[in-house]
Amino acid sequence: MTFLVLKGSFELGIIYAIMALGVFISFRTLNIPDLSVDGSFVLGAAVSVVMSSGGRPLLGLLIAFIAGCGAGSITALLHTKLKIQPLLAGILTMLALYSLNLKVMGGRANIPLINKATVFSVLEKTALGNYSKLILSLAILLLMLFFLYLFLNTRLGFVLRATGDNDHMVRALGVNTDFVILMGLAISNGLVALSGALIAQSQSYVDIGMGIGMVIIGLASVIIGEVIFGTKSLLRRLIAVVLGAILYRLIIAFALEIGMPSTDLKLVSAVIVALAMAMPVIKKRLSLVKRKLAVTNHEGRQKG
Amino acid sequence: MLKIESLSKTFGKGSNNEKLALNKVNLSLQEGEFVTIIGGNGAGKSTLLNCISGVDETDEGRIILDSVDVTFFPEYKRSVRIGRVFQNPLRGTAYDMTIEENLAIAFAKGKPTGLRPGMTKKDSLLFKEKLELLDLGLEKRMHQKVGLLSGGQRQALTLLMATIVKPKILLLDEHTAALDPTIARKVLNLTRKIVHEEKLCTLMITHNMKASLELGTRTIILHEGQIIMDFQGQERSNMTVDRLIEQFEKRSGAELDNDRMLLG
Repeated sequence: MTFLVLKGSFELGIIYAIMALGVFISFRTLNIPDLSVDGSFVLGAAVSVVMSSGGRPLLGLLIAFIAGCGAGSITALLHTKLKIQPLLAGILTMLALYSLNLKVMGGRANIPLINKATVFSVLEKTALGNYSKLILSLAILLLMLFFLYLFLNTRLGFVLRATGDNDHMVRALGVNTDFVILMGLAISNGLVALSGALIAQSQSYVDIGMGIGMVIIGLASVIIGEVIFGTKSLLRRLIAVVLGAILYRLIIAFALEIGMPSTDLKLVSAVIVALAMAMPVIKKRLSLVKRKLAVTNHEGRQKG
Repeated sequence: MLKIESLSKTFGKGSNNEKLALNKVNLSLQEGEFVTIIGGNGAGKSTLLNCISGVDETDEGRIILDSVDVTFFPEYKRSVRIGRVFQNPLRGTAYDMTIEENLAIAFAKGKPTGLRPGMTKKDSLLFKEKLELLDLGLEKRMHQKVGLLSGGQRQALTLLMATIVKPKILLLDEHTAALDPTIARKVLNLTRKIVHEEKLCTLMITHNMKASLELGTRTIILHEGQIIMDFQGQERSNMTVDRLIEQFEKRSGAELDNDRMLLG
């Protein structure tokens, strides 16, 4: 793997880590499989490119985050107020966002940013030069990580974590779980949209299809991180998610390097996540098979 | 403290298995009263508690808690004034959070949720003190996740969480039924101690007739959604399990169908 490929993977991994943190909040903390992620990622990208075209790349990031929060809120309201299953609520938002994203993009399926300033291109002119992407992305990621960690340690953060564990208990302790879920999904999709916004600016390009399977990539990052780096404390879990996202990018880069066609990417992602989710079952089966083998061997020896 | 007026609740209205769970129930509790509730399967015991806590919506009647009409309050809003322990030990705690984090959420009840720290050093010390009173060694395991605790330890913790901010009323729904006898006794003793010390107004469902007479100051018996017996004072202290069964069968015209209740 060349240094350039490695650097590129790190850049992508760091930006995708922000999205993975968002997925972590919905899937792990709230225990809600939120599929609106695929739509809110593109929403963030679209908003940020349109804003960059208008000469406001930095503001674009902020508005993208807020737009993502809005998308997450819709999913939350569908789920909590209209009692639609979370999986379906997410799909509905995702579907609606497809049209909405096209609207944001002025009816075009993709928009390149030609000769327009992005948050990265502005920095490239400074001393940071070629490392501007890496450093700026890392700075934003660390900032998000820091705020998220602080937030999860506030009273609201405590009940957010408890709601995913046991919403009955949270209601019995006098907290409106509908509001907690709204907050959680808003922040989650806000982070996802911010990640989409950064990706779009770093590639100077937005495409209506760039969000497909994003939720799976996020989930893969979360699971890889948890398996390899552990889940002991909250901070460790958050850092594990970030490292998982970076590792995922490195795995993909490696797979491409050894000749996997890039069109197979989504297939590979799906297999990784399926395997990772099946891990507990596979482990159980294996230990059972081992025991069975040991017993038959033992009996065989006794007979012999 | 608690006043229930003509409370009715029907499940599955209009369907084949329509079931009148509560039939114009009236009940009034004074401050500091500890009422035990017994009754057969489907008598409406849990429904009564669920209607008070807002888990089930009522069809008719009023619920007044500490002179506030809470009939139309959503569950979470009522919870601020109510402490609850459920039958299922998994239901009262968050398994993936530590003991002290669970207590912190309980301790923040009724305070603005907001962005202030979830827990302070001072809170932590208070939790330690409170856990020591449970006498289960949990004060040494405050940083461990609740998922590692046994059912009995969880119920004791839930009881502490339900009362750490003094509730107007404590609702206990067979909170020892899922525990083995030794730890069940321990949790019952804890219940007695906490209720007595905090002078809590309490409603406790139990399937154990002996416990229903030993604990508390008043006993009510539910049958087919109505309170058919309600006794306290002298009448209650003279009551034995045998006489209770005799009277129950006389008044309800039914046999006690619940083996669990007799054996317990």
